Amino acid sequence: MKRGLVLDDFERTRNRKPRFYEKVIHGIFLMLGLITVGCVLLITIYLIISGIPAIKEIDLINFLFGKEWASTAAEPKYGILPFILTSVYGTTGAILIGVPIGFFAAVYLSKIASQKLRSVIEAAVSLLAGIPSVVYGLVGMLVLVPAIRELFHVPDGASLLAAIVVLAVMILPNIIKVSITALDAVPKEYEDASLALGATPIETIFKVSVPAAKSGIAAAVVLGVGRAIGEAMAVMMVAGNVANMPSLFQSVRFLTTAVSGEMAYSSPGSLQRNALFSIALILFLFIMLINATLNFFLKRDKEK
Amino acid sequence: MKKIISLFVTVMLLTCTLTGCGGSKEAVATDGSTSMNKVIGALGESFEADTGITVTYNATGSGAGIQAVQEGRCDIGLSSRNLKTEELEKGLEGTVLAYDGIAIIVNLNNPVSDLTVEMIARIYTGEITNWSEVGGSDTEIVLIGREAGSGTRDGFESITDTEDVCVYRQELTSTGDVITTVASNPAAIGYASLASVKDTVKPLTVDGIAPSEQTIKDGSYVVQRPFVLVTKADAELSESAQKFFDYVTSGEASEIISNAGVVPAN
Repeated sequence: MKRGLVLDDFERTRNRKPRFYEKVIHGIFLMLGLITVGCVLLITIYLIISGIPAIKEIDLINFLFGKEWASTAAEPKYGILPFILTSVYGTTGAILIGVPIGFFAAVYLSKIASQKLRSVIEAAVSLLAGIPSVVYGLVGMLVLVPAIRELFHVPDGASLLAAIVVLAVMILPNIIKVSITALDAVPKEYEDASLALGATPIETIFKVSVPAAKSGIAAAVVLGVGRAIGEAMAVMMVAGNVANMPSLFQSVRFLTTAVSGEMAYSSPGSLQRNALFSIALILFLFIMLINATLNFFLKRDKEK
Repeated sequence: MKKIISLFVTVMLLTCTLTGCGGSKEAVATDGSTSMNKVIGALGESFEADTGITVTYNATGSGAGIQAVQEGRCDIGLSSRNLKTEELEKGLEGTVLAYDGIAIIVNLNNPVSDLTVEMIARIYTGEITNWSEVGGSDTEIVLIGREAGSGTRDGFESITDTEDVCVYRQELTSTGDVITTVASNPAAIGYASLASVKDTVKPLTVDGIAPSEQTIKDGSYVVQRPFVLVTKADAELSESAQKFFDYVTSGEASEIISNAGVVPAN
């Protein structure tokens, strides 16, 4: 009898028509959600529309694999291979330096460090994430670039190496934070079982915890790649920005800096401006690819 | 709260009336040199604030600007070079608004203090690669320049006749970056608008003449170019264009012109 009454109550609440203001609020939330979707669509469509003409005019092969970029020369050349390779090398370099540091830092913070130390270091990591990229660039320009010049006895320190180091530091917070979350989420029972079977704590971390968190850590790496490939301001200040084919101690130009460096001066509708949009489109495709990879890892994580 | 809101609304309405919302008078159309962006922008802004007449600026390049005046597509053409004789013969008239002086800067520790224009050109084209070849220490020269499209780069390359052939080590996106980089690298050489050069770097004398407002104005410092207002000699300017012309060539505009980093002619 009592049970029936409760159910009855429940049914009544469920079936009550939603009040008017609920509907309004639903509508508002829906609209807010659609704004995001709208922005993405708008940007995508705009980029595609403004990026395609130049690629057509220059020819896709010449555009992607041309080794020379001289957009304002009397005979302009629009080859972006140097930019693509620089972005790829720069990002790879940053990952090679940043991932080991970030990964081991995350393992230490999640599994070994005392609570007190962890909170201090985590606060520092958050702070590192909050530093504006122009500050990274400035410090790189004033400290790192001269240091590279002195250390390696090259005439000028503004180089791919400088950009790699700056990017590696910039992606650290992303990698550390996401990896910590993944490692923290490993059920304690796994570790307890491993320890009970006689494994040492370090063995437990690397043979049980890390493999269990591996898709989360992979997501951290991909996130780092995304941050590194999309960074413009900081690398613009340390990389020298000359459209050379990449080499460690040479001045190089990234995809991002190629766009931002010339955009202000290119006149609307000119081939130069359109080619810049095409570069942006290529960069956008790279980032879409990275996002797809990220989603793949995250989804796999969820299914587990 | 209500008071605050009403105050806010009043202020908004007041600013609207004061700035003259919707009161679009005749506009002055200017067209030409991309390098004059900054100076024309600053002048146009203050002119508009004073008179309410808007000044439009179309950055097309000196040649296109001169042609636009001739064809009557704009009121005032902007050229960052002197008019050629054939352009003068076509009935155009040039009035120098300002001079853009470009300082060649090196690190304070660099023993070199004078170069000729020809040497500068050879350095920037990569013919001379070591400071010892021009009387300095035995270090490789590091060429610092500006990004393609920059007015300073355009000016420097056209004066030294090195368009599209400079082999830069770094292409930086602002004058400040160029100065900072040159200040921190003992082997660097760069160029920057004279107005922005501070004592963190050493401006070179060119052909023995130090850059200064005086030497730029009298033409003895050669790494400079004029900013010219181009008008038709026989036709009269529209009333608002004449007002703008008088305003920018008057003494009161000279402060705005120097703030834009160039040396006023008047």
